[in-house]
Amino acid sequence: MMSCGMSRSSFPRRRESISHAIPSRNGGRWIPASAGMTGLVKRTEIAKMVEFLSFRDGEASQEPGVTVEAFTGQSNSTAVRIEAGEDARELLPHLDRLSLVEVNFPAYGDGRGYSAARILREAGYQGELRAVGDVLVDQINAMRRCGFDSFHPAKPLDDAAVDRALTRYADVYQKTIDGRSPIWAKRHPEKTHG
Amino acid sequence: MYRYDSYDQSMVDARVEEFRDQVQRRLTGALTEDQFKPLRLMNGLYLQLHAYMLRVAIPYGTLSARQMRKLGEIAAKYDRGYGHFTTRQNLQYNWIKLADAPDILAELATVEMHAIQTSGNCIRNISSDQYAGVSADEIADPRPWAELLRQWSSFHPEFTYLPRKFKIAVIASDEDRAAMRLHDIGLKLVAREGKIGAEVYAGGGMGRTPMVAPLIRDFVGEDEIVAYLEACLRVYNRYGRRDNKYKARIKILVHELGVEEYKRQVEEEYAHMRDLGLNPPVEELDRIRAFFAPPAYETGLGEEIDRGDPAFALWVDRQVAAHKAPGYAIVNISLKPLTGIPGDASAEQIALVADLAERYSLDEVRVTHAQNLVLPHVRKTDLYAIWRALDEAGLAEANLDLITDIIACPGLDYCALANARSIPLAQKIAQRFAAQERQAELGELKLKISGCINACGHHHAGHIGILGVDRKGVENFQLLLGGSGAEDASLGQITGPGFSEDGVVDAIEKVTDIYLAQRESGERFLDTYRRIGMKPFKEAIYG
Amino acid sequence: MKILTGNDLVTGDVIWWAGDGWSRQVSDSVDVGAQGEDLARTEEAALRVVGAYVIDATLTDAGVRPAHIKDRIRALGPTVRPDLTLKPNDADAGNWVI
Repeated sequence: MMSCGMSRSSFPRRRESISHAIPSRNGGRWIPASAGMTGLVKRTEIAKMVEFLSFRDGEASQEPGVTVEAFTGQSNSTAVRIEAGEDARELLPHLDRLSLVEVNFPAYGDGRGYSAARILREAGYQGELRAVGDVLVDQINAMRRCGFDSFHPAKPLDDAAVDRALTRYADVYQKTIDGRSPIWAKRHPEKTHG
Repeated sequence: MYRYDSYDQSMVDARVEEFRDQVQRRLTGALTEDQFKPLRLMNGLYLQLHAYMLRVAIPYGTLSARQMRKLGEIAAKYDRGYGHFTTRQNLQYNWIKLADAPDILAELATVEMHAIQTSGNCIRNISSDQYAGVSADEIADPRPWAELLRQWSSFHPEFTYLPRKFKIAVIASDEDRAAMRLHDIGLKLVAREGKIGAEVYAGGGMGRTPMVAPLIRDFVGEDEIVAYLEACLRVYNRYGRRDNKYKARIKILVHELGVEEYKRQVEEEYAHMRDLGLNPPVEELDRIRAFFAPPAYETGLGEEIDRGDPAFALWVDRQVAAHKAPGYAIVNISLKPLTGIPGDASAEQIALVADLAERYSLDEVRVTHAQNLVLPHVRKTDLYAIWRALDEAGLAEANLDLITDIIACPGLDYCALANARSIPLAQKIAQRFAAQERQAELGELKLKISGCINACGHHHAGHIGILGVDRKGVENFQLLLGGSGAEDASLGQITGPGFSEDGVVDAIEKVTDIYLAQRESGERFLDTYRRIGMKPFKEAIYG
Repeated sequence: MKILTGNDLVTGDVIWWAGDGWSRQVSDSVDVGAQGEDLARTEEAALRVVGAYVIDATLTDAGVRPAHIKDRIRALGPTVRPDLTLKPNDADAGNWVI
């Protein structure tokens, strides 16, 4: 289970609290460093590893996710964690009380979390949807497209590599829940809502 | 055939740069092999016995002359002068250096080619009928569908890390020339009440547990196919087994759930997905279809073929198929010379075929799942000139669908997964049955060899199938009879204990002798086997 | 004896641990005893080899002979293309594999 409150100071990087406007690029925003939460470094920093990435406005949820079983049982929690084999649809009756859903990737080759994310977004979930576990920079794009808007990888990501991954593909072939207009829609603008 | 627009080109160009970046990270150690391997597989780069192997995608088996020419150039420049055409209509280079791979992909991108998703646990190359667009028996050209689905499946964000690989085939005729029923999903285009759609089959496959795909939906319209396939794939992604690599294909899921339950789950998911706006408008399929419009065939062409040269006449009878346009023919090019390596073509041969395609086939060439090539738009009056050129290049073997037209995987000579060598066996069989009259007498006899249980040689679907196994470090071969990858799909049955390499050649001879002795008028080997059963063959082989 | 083999990370060439480095000739192989796994990890981490593994082999008159046919094919090259093997002029090379 993720423990947002723990410090990760074993990791050699400078920390800086950001109190002014946050530079945003390519739809991504950096959350401000706050108590107990290792924040992100500005692009000009020497240290270039990223432990947490968020594309949401405002602060990321710091509440630890409870299990699906605990959540759907009796829980006041607003954060839940889905394991790879669990059915995201069990959460559908409770979306309005959720502010954070973590989806665990035990090994990055286990792609079930992509379906879980997309199912939640298709059902109208608007809260934070966070990919945790074995997440490499090479998966960030696909995860974004399935609806993930924050990432807490088990191993920190190279910041420059994150940049490249996010800007690599100008267009997409498929329609999904990320709001991007697929290539077929751009080819036929008169026929689609783009 | 399809031409990229700037969107398509940007995708492959970006993929090249992404891969270049990944290779760089591997070479500096920023990526371990465990991390890099799934990424390189998604660009078709394997580590095989002797070197890296690169599998280039040939979407639905169709190439332009320019693309074919580039494949030959790459073989000469980066490999050791040849390539291997596979049972999924792709091309493999066997001697690739990791450091060269990004440059090779960059060169492929200049001719609208790539190696995207030719390996890995993702949706692979979508295969089709090698006679698409030129055979009178199709209801429509299946390739526009295949192209629509190629784009849909490329970099699909939800289905990039499936339990296992996923292979789709699309056909449009009653005769199945693409082994459609032996795919994870097979589509057969049909017309219903004036509308074109597809029958959908799911859960076919070979390997350890071969299965013929059952029908899961009678009709899906062309304007619904994307959403429907998303539902099929989502159910598989969520519920396919991930605990055991050998039980991870969709065929296992369909089998374990039962067809009805799998269908029900797909329909449930589809009921939800059909309203998400996932389907491209019909204008997109129309746009793609325009690229596959019949060429401007000449009219008033001669139909006569001068059969004066007996070798040419033999070749025409065997290798040339009927074309739907008057005055035209379909030419099959055998990549199974009797002493050669099935499916291999030298850089020079590839260049020659490119030239012939440009000059005589309206710039188009096809790859078949039987590892041969096709020139789809040939004027009958040009057949002799083509044959002369092929003959000079060692490409004029007249053995289409005969016993020496062997499908063989690369086997232990090349492949790290293999248990036995398949190519030397193919050569021995070809030698034993080389005589023209003997081959003609045996008639249609599809012999397929796999060097291991992964069945890349499609041995389960061979009229005669051979599986190479490792018996205490010594190569051993099991013999199967009665398989078929056509519309009469069936799985071969094993005859009994295995054989040495020479032993299995003898066994095959005994099997064909029984066929000749027992056949009734008009029966192919497969028909006789189905009529008389395994017993007479087994007795002949084992005594 | 136990010998260590793998492929060159960059070129993909089949290579054999020769004691002080990697060789393309199986006949240069040395007995790695129980050190094979550790050696493999070290060499992989140093980016000199990929997919390294330990195999059984015997020392014969013809040199080091891997126990399994697959590794003998790796040592020589594809038996069906003698011209592409390490011994293109040796007519007997294919027999050594079997």
